Amino acid sequence: MEYFLHLITLFAIYAILGLSLNLVVGYTGLLSATHAAFYGIGAYATALLLTVSGLNFFFAVFLGIILTSLIALSIGSVLSKFRDDYYALGSIGFCIITFSIFLNWQDLTRGPLGISGIPRPDIFGLSFSSSILFALLALIALGVTFLACRGIVRSSFGRVLKAIREDEGAIQVFGYRTHTYKLLVFVISAAMASVAGSLFATYVTYIDPSTFTILESVFILAIIILGGLANLRGSLIGALILILIPELLRFAGFPAEIAGQTRELVYGLMLLVLMLRRPQGLLGEYKL
Amino acid sequence: MKRNLLSLSDIHVHYGGVHALRGINLSLQAGEVVALMGSNGAGKSTILKTIFGLVPITSGSVCWRGTSTLPVPHDMVRKGISFVPQGRRVFANLSVEENLEIGGFSVTDQGLVRQRIRDVMNLFPILEKKRKEPSGTLSGGQQQLLAIARGLMSNPQVLLLDEPSLGLSPKAVKEVFETIKTMSQTQKTALMIVEHNIPSLLRIAHRGYILDKGTIVAEGDAQRLAKDSTLERIFTGSS
Repeated sequence: MEYFLHLITLFAIYAILGLSLNLVVGYTGLLSATHAAFYGIGAYATALLLTVSGLNFFFAVFLGIILTSLIALSIGSVLSKFRDDYYALGSIGFCIITFSIFLNWQDLTRGPLGISGIPRPDIFGLSFSSSILFALLALIALGVTFLACRGIVRSSFGRVLKAIREDEGAIQVFGYRTHTYKLLVFVISAAMASVAGSLFATYVTYIDPSTFTILESVFILAIIILGGLANLRGSLIGALILILIPELLRFAGFPAEIAGQTRELVYGLMLLVLMLRRPQGLLGEYKL
Repeated sequence: MKRNLLSLSDIHVHYGGVHALRGINLSLQAGEVVALMGSNGAGKSTILKTIFGLVPITSGSVCWRGTSTLPVPHDMVRKGISFVPQGRRVFANLSVEENLEIGGFSVTDQGLVRQRIRDVMNLFPILEKKRKEPSGTLSGGQQQLLAIARGLMSNPQVLLLDEPSLGLSPKAVKEVFETIKTMSQTQKTALMIVEHNIPSLLRIAHRGYILDKGTIVAEGDAQRLAKDSTLERIFTGSS
């Protein structure tokens, strides 16, 4: 049961990351690899506020969102001026810089040693120390994120995002300042990633920079590409599959000495075949 | 004498080292249809882009209702100018209705957006039938009508049309020009049209300008320009 609840919690955290990244990549057509950075900033901000300042969980999450949004606003104002490959390259650069800061600003982040002893959320005297309560909290956060994303993509704002994805030059002709729209969705997406980071930090109670590398951004991108770009249910399915497959492969009976590598190999092959057979992902409306 | 809605005075534009427009002077009055004609590279599309603020002006001035203005796209839309670019450029994965909603950027009242959609649907009945369909599934002619309808969503006083017949079948070209003619008569929108299909264009235009290598080489009444040897000389390259 504990294992099952662990998978539910991980699924919820990665689904939040997938949903929020889909707003930028799937709906707006901007290939961003920044998500691990915002996920990490949210995690570190919450971890530090809880361990050093002893703040209330919700307040720490809120301050994490504010900090992440401000950073997203500054980096996004630069990135929003770029398109296509240049946007992707700029986002990779930001992710690598953020990782370097997590690793090297030892006075704040404790560098590779990471931050331990992060308390589980305690809300109005109700402690989320049990796995079932934490899974419930993560699912509630996922539900709120899903509804917020659905509201965005169904609004006139969401329609403009899709039009930017289709033809940014054409939509400028109607007077839209696309830079502002791209910046806004980038900040919203980063704020959501920050919440996922807060949940992750308080769930595992320990964080270090190795969780927030560029590979984590690639993993989140894989979630939305597999599930389907510009489809919110696709993000949920992508997260479910990418969290479950490695776990299911544990029971495939590979010899112990090569089990880890074989699992990675099978996992990679499955993704490769899927991408060859269905490049728009399982439920995707748009192809990169 | 009618007052100009829009006028260009001694406009010069450069693309890098290329001097694309060389001292252009032209005007557009309320409700009239003006044709811009000339061979490829003459600067016709550049004039439309200059008016709309899509290319920077080296020197000269653009006047809107007698006041000099620095063209910037979102500002020009608010002033009442709409631009339908070459190649239709509809948002293929968005429905016809969503494309029209996008065109209503400057209309802040959602009720008014609905009303404008009803108005343009009345003008373009084929779009009403395809209202919920992705615009990428429309034929080329229907996409062009959608592009024009989208340009009308902001209820502009001036509509700039860049090659509306590009890539269309003769039947679709006829349909598009008939719609433009109806639109100019019923909407009272001034039109400035760049087009290679000269006979179709001159049938609906009041006045025209003929361009060659970035300069205006002839201008005047559309019927007179239709008989002018300048057009033949430019298109055939004869001296």
